[in-house]
Amino acid sequence: MSDNNKMTIIATKGTFDWAFPPFIIASTGVAMDKEVTIFFTFYGLNLLLKDTSKLRVSPMGNPGMPMKMPFGPKWLQDIDFGPKIPNVLWNIPFADSLVTYLMKKTMAKHGVAKLADLRDMCQEFDVRFIACEMTVELFGYDKSDFIDGVEFAGAASYFDEAASGNHHLYM
Amino acid sequence: MADETLDASGLNCPLPILKTKKALSKMDTGKILDVISTDAGSVKDIEAFCNQTGNKLMSTVEDGGKYVFTIEKV
Repeated sequence: MSDNNKMTIIATKGTFDWAFPPFIIASTGVAMDKEVTIFFTFYGLNLLLKDTSKLRVSPMGNPGMPMKMPFGPKWLQDIDFGPKIPNVLWNIPFADSLVTYLMKKTMAKHGVAKLADLRDMCQEFDVRFIACEMTVELFGYDKSDFIDGVEFAGAASYFDEAASGNHHLYM
Repeated sequence: MADETLDASGLNCPLPILKTKKALSKMDTGKILDVISTDAGSVKDIEAFCNQTGNKLMSTVEDGGKYVFTIEKV
């Protein structure tokens, strides 16, 4: 039986940048009257940690990433450093921290929601968060590492949700 | 004349939609909400939101990069 109102997302990535799409799509989905479930597995579990301040975006092996300064004179802000800096040079300590800091600055400048706020809004709107039990154990997490309101289950539970509805996204 | 006004200026996708949803959920049917946004993407998005949720988009007014959407809660 198909239920047009249901939507599922499988969130598999645990970097700062990829933390946004599942929460953006899920919160918008519930705002548009969908029932949304996100199934977090592998590195996607990072998105459910109480402390997300350690999430990083890495420029390493990420050649599609535009790199523009969020501050400074306009001529400087217009330069896209992404294609100009040889990728191997990012293999230095703290490159990820620096780039994550600059991305957060850029997001704040553009009025993009903070990650924790987006996640809170998802919960406020009753998005279901399911953490993959197998990967929780595999990576040695304790259930208390995660925010309240998370359910723990396996792949069969995902299918139970996904059997109805017609929006299913893998991120 | 709107019953409520939501100022979502400076906010980017998906915040204008999420805040619109929140504001509408506190209002009674038939009431009018004005949403002010500076996000150009919200022109299409508010329309899509109303299409999906059944609320009525009565008008969209642009004035120098500022958009005012008038929505009737259905």
